[in-house]
Amino acid sequence: MSTNIVVPTLGESVTEATVAKWFKQVGDAVAADERLVELETDKVTIEVNAPAAGTLSDISAKVGATVAVGAVLGEIGASSAKASEPKPAAATPPTPTVAAKPAAGPAPVQPATKGDVASPAAAKLMAENNLASVTGTGKDGRVTKGDVLHTLSSPPSPAPAPAPSAPRAPRPEDPREERVRMTRLRKRIAERLKEAQNTAAMLTTFNEVDMTALNACRNQYKDAFEKKHGVKLGFMSFFVKACVTALKEWPAVNAEIDGDDLVYKNFYDIGVAVGTPNGLVVPVVRDCDKLSFAEVEKTIGNYGKKARDGKLAIEDMTGGTFTISNGGVYGSLMSTPILNPPQSGILGMHKTSMRPMVMPDGKIEARPMMYLALSYDHRVIDGREAVSFLVRVKECIEDPQRILLDM
Amino acid sequence: MADQSFDVVVIGAGPGGYVAAIRAAQLGFSTACIDRRGPPGGTCLNVGCIPSKALLQSSHHYEDANHHFADHGISVGKVGFDLAKMMARKQKVVADNTKGVEFLFKKNKITYIVGEAKITAPGQLAINTKEGGSDKITAKHIIIATGSDVTPLPGVEIDEKQIVSSTGALELASVPEHLVVIGAGVIGLELGSVWHRLGAKVTVVEYLDRVLPTNDGEVSKQAQRIFEKQGLEFKLSTKVTGAKLGKKDVTLSLEPAAGGEPSELKADVVLVAIGRRPYTTNLGLENVGITPDKRGFIPVDHHFQTNVPGIYAIGDVIGGAMLAHKAEDEGVALAEILAGQAGHVNYNAIPGVVYTWPEVASVGKSEEQLKAEGVEYKAGKFPFTANSRARANGDTDGFVKILADARTDEVLGCHIIGPSAGDLIGEVVLGMEFRAAAEDIARTCHAHPGLAEAVKEAALGVASRAIHL
Repeated sequence: MSTNIVVPTLGESVTEATVAKWFKQVGDAVAADERLVELETDKVTIEVNAPAAGTLSDISAKVGATVAVGAVLGEIGASSAKASEPKPAAATPPTPTVAAKPAAGPAPVQPATKGDVASPAAAKLMAENNLASVTGTGKDGRVTKGDVLHTLSSPPSPAPAPAPSAPRAPRPEDPREERVRMTRLRKRIAERLKEAQNTAAMLTTFNEVDMTALNACRNQYKDAFEKKHGVKLGFMSFFVKACVTALKEWPAVNAEIDGDDLVYKNFYDIGVAVGTPNGLVVPVVRDCDKLSFAEVEKTIGNYGKKARDGKLAIEDMTGGTFTISNGGVYGSLMSTPILNPPQSGILGMHKTSMRPMVMPDGKIEARPMMYLALSYDHRVIDGREAVSFLVRVKECIEDPQRILLDM
Repeated sequence: MADQSFDVVVIGAGPGGYVAAIRAAQLGFSTACIDRRGPPGGTCLNVGCIPSKALLQSSHHYEDANHHFADHGISVGKVGFDLAKMMARKQKVVADNTKGVEFLFKKNKITYIVGEAKITAPGQLAINTKEGGSDKITAKHIIIATGSDVTPLPGVEIDEKQIVSSTGALELASVPEHLVVIGAGVIGLELGSVWHRLGAKVTVVEYLDRVLPTNDGEVSKQAQRIFEKQGLEFKLSTKVTGAKLGKKDVTLSLEPAAGGEPSELKADVVLVAIGRRPYTTNLGLENVGITPDKRGFIPVDHHFQTNVPGIYAIGDVIGGAMLAHKAEDEGVALAEILAGQAGHVNYNAIPGVVYTWPEVASVGKSEEQLKAEGVEYKAGKFPFTANSRARANGDTDGFVKILADARTDEVLGCHIIGPSAGDLIGEVVLGMEFRAAAEDIARTCHAHPGLAEAVKEAALGVASRAIHL
């Protein structure tokens, strides 16, 4: 009896993925739960494991194919591969012949993308209006007449299709250039960045923070901390806690615009940006106001490992209310971070460098200084709030006792 | 029979129950199904859908032979019928169907137990078998599919001899001279049609102001017109306040629904067909803390789970459209949910059919419902008189009406009265599952000459561009 390999749930609002890599070939023996195929989505890369042991008897979704949740990627036959049926090496994904198989798995074969399927009325309208693709809201993502009418009645940019074929003449190939397809993740990041810039009234306010007190605190306690909590006392826990203090005082920075409403959030889920070989991901540390410093460090540490292993889940990265980004690890002195929509604020941390600073008594001392940047959505946060928020963060870092005393 | 344990135990072997059991067995659950009737199939197979359709077909042939063959140049003289033989045929059809379900139980290795089941505790049942024994069964999941029973009419007590329910109406030993049907809904009209065709004078008394009160208003009006032309008499907006049994007849006391002058109506047989109500007698619900709502339905969440974990309910007993196919779909969905799949019933696309002739079929919303919901819609209507196949058949009563959203053209409802309406509605149900626009149906090729072309033309009618009208 053969078993279908299906696309698993990919996460909230993620309906499709691209097949990135098959780890096995047709005819290979597979063990149950062995890694079979890698799928890329807008946010993460997911591995699909073998649902049963046997022989990989069919690959119906080749590398590069777009597949929907629940779609059949391939098939595992019993060890004596049931290749008897005339399945032309899965050349054509939406083949009815494959469905002629005695229903072993409950999911019948589906065409690669239902979103490509448009009803007769929809197809006619699309052809008449030169629409290459429309978001489908019908069953399994099919395009209905209503979807096309909706797209036609809201003209802004999307209408004349960007996607396939050539609205612009293809660039002549240059042997000095190398053309690499954008990964799904990069494409998605690009989209979201533009979306953020186009929607929000975004600008950045700066301040600088003297890290002396923070460094002293860390040095004093770091060994005991690590001994007791099993995790290193880093900077991030301080910055996260400082942000929570400041967010509580300036709730607009923790808010979001939704239509005509401002949604003020009474919880503090702070995203901590992590760079991975595949791009930037921002896992969210939940309820930072309720976590201890150790718990913050542990959570961030776990996320970092998951990110490097490519195992971050969609759920890990959604729903944050504020983001902290640290360009300092790469050496950045000062920068203007881009907002992480739909959030209204993002704190940029930078490199700590020794600078000559004028002390209150007029003396000049070398101090470890970090520039802080707060990019914010001016539709939600006014200048006074943004500046004050950043000042608060600075105060809490320069005197961590303030975090303790909520001062 | 010793104490047994199963993954899934279904109480009730009607369409909801037996289908749930088969699906559960297909999904790998060890399954048992219990029914107190004996032959499986519930109301539907034994005293409902199947026997009524058998009699409707037999009486339809008789009607055709008597009244329509001559139109085709066929002379048959006086056509008679043998009621006993008609009933015997009906019984055979029923028996064949119930045997079929028994076979399906065997094929799927479902243990079928004849007896009255009572839930004694979560996951536990006691069964009083017909032989008089009492068995105990444990189950991981209990599915209640006990269906429904006839709703009684106070003052008009059913004795299944002179005052009958649908059950008795399917078994009358002779054609009554005057049959009075109380209730102009599906059951009343179907059984009224049967006996009318076989020679009875039929009067239908209805409390509301139209026949088939839950259907689209235009369809109800047309249905009444057609049935009156056939010879049925209707007394609408009338209530029945009591019945007096004579030696060979029944005298009903009637009154206008809004109150007023009482009157009397004599009948040889009275059929009470005012509706059906959920059946949960002796089920033991009180033992597990399940309380039916004020109309007797068992409350469930959208996974068909009652307030007791592990106990579920489907079909007529939970309310909604009291239709066999709705129960079947719920049975399948529940079995799939229990197996961890995303079982689901789309309640917006469940067809309803009245098997009179012409048939009446509908899916989705009526014009009245759309107006009440404030939805802007367009309607396309096509009469069967303009359908060439209907003309060739000599069967041109009725029309197809399709209602579509005014903005997106999505089909929101379809109402058909006409030949084979119950089969014609199928394509629209399928279309609605895929959120088809009326234009999609219009642009799908329909074979000619076919009754289904009326559906296509009605779809074209939504955009005011029918070709054949």
